[in-house]
Amino acid sequence: MADKSLIGRSTGVTTVEVEKGRLRFFAKAIGETDPIYTDEAAAKAAGYRSLPVPPTFLMCLESEGRNPQSIVEDVMGFDLGRILHAEQGFTYHAMAFAGDVLTFDTHIVDVYEKKGGALTFVVQETRVTNQAGEHIADLRSSLVQR
Amino acid sequence: MAMLSHEQVRVGDTLPPLTLRPINRTTLALYAGASGDHNQIHIDIDFARKAGMPDVFAHGMLSAAYLGRLLTAWVPQSQLRKITVRFTGITQLGHVPHLTGHVAEELEQNGERCVRVEIRCENQYGEHKVVGDAIVALS
Repeated sequence: MADKSLIGRSTGVTTVEVEKGRLRFFAKAIGETDPIYTDEAAAKAAGYRSLPVPPTFLMCLESEGRNPQSIVEDVMGFDLGRILHAEQGFTYHAMAFAGDVLTFDTHIVDVYEKKGGALTFVVQETRVTNQAGEHIADLRSSLVQR
Repeated sequence: MAMLSHEQVRVGDTLPPLTLRPINRTTLALYAGASGDHNQIHIDIDFARKAGMPDVFAHGMLSAAYLGRLLTAWVPQSQLRKITVRFTGITQLGHVPHLTGHVAEELEQNGERCVRVEIRCENQYGEHKVVGDAIVALS
């Protein structure tokens, strides 16, 4: 079971190429109607170098090349059927686009309990950089086991 | 979409709301595939029942993605500086996500003139499912 000894632990450093097909599939899944997220000509007309990575998709790319189930079960000691996503934060420094190669560097930054130990929270932070070393974003994710 | 300037925005302004189609199993299957979140609790009723849930339910990040749409329909994404959301309730099959936001505060951050926008996703019964804020830079 997760305890404070996990603080500081790395849960992965992974590198992912942003693919146009993935972005179009994501746009379909969330019902996106703005063509800049699916049509490269529209994205370029809007001043972007290719299809933009939409605001929350960074979290999806973060899990590429990782086994999130194993991180939850084996690192955090959580039961997959009892966890919920409590909070999620994104701080944006620059936009990312199709064709970019993004690196996600994730650590556990906090572990705490609420309701007398009935709820255990694990907080992870991820620094996202692109192929030029530019700082794209910081992600903060809090999971809770109920 | 033109940049939004500070002259165009006032505290109390509301964002154009966004109402989605009711959540069904196809919505969840597509989101699981597209997002890469394959947690069975969102797509496999047998797994969900074993975990004590009556049925599969929506990924919290699906509602967060809808909130992203609410924001980028209002301002170009390049103006978004921060989004923070709390997942306050479970979105069940048949729920109709309704997204709203309003400008809560003007502030300066890293030398930029910004506003803090309070955003939320609720269902057709007015139950809050995701609540949060966004920081948006203005030109």
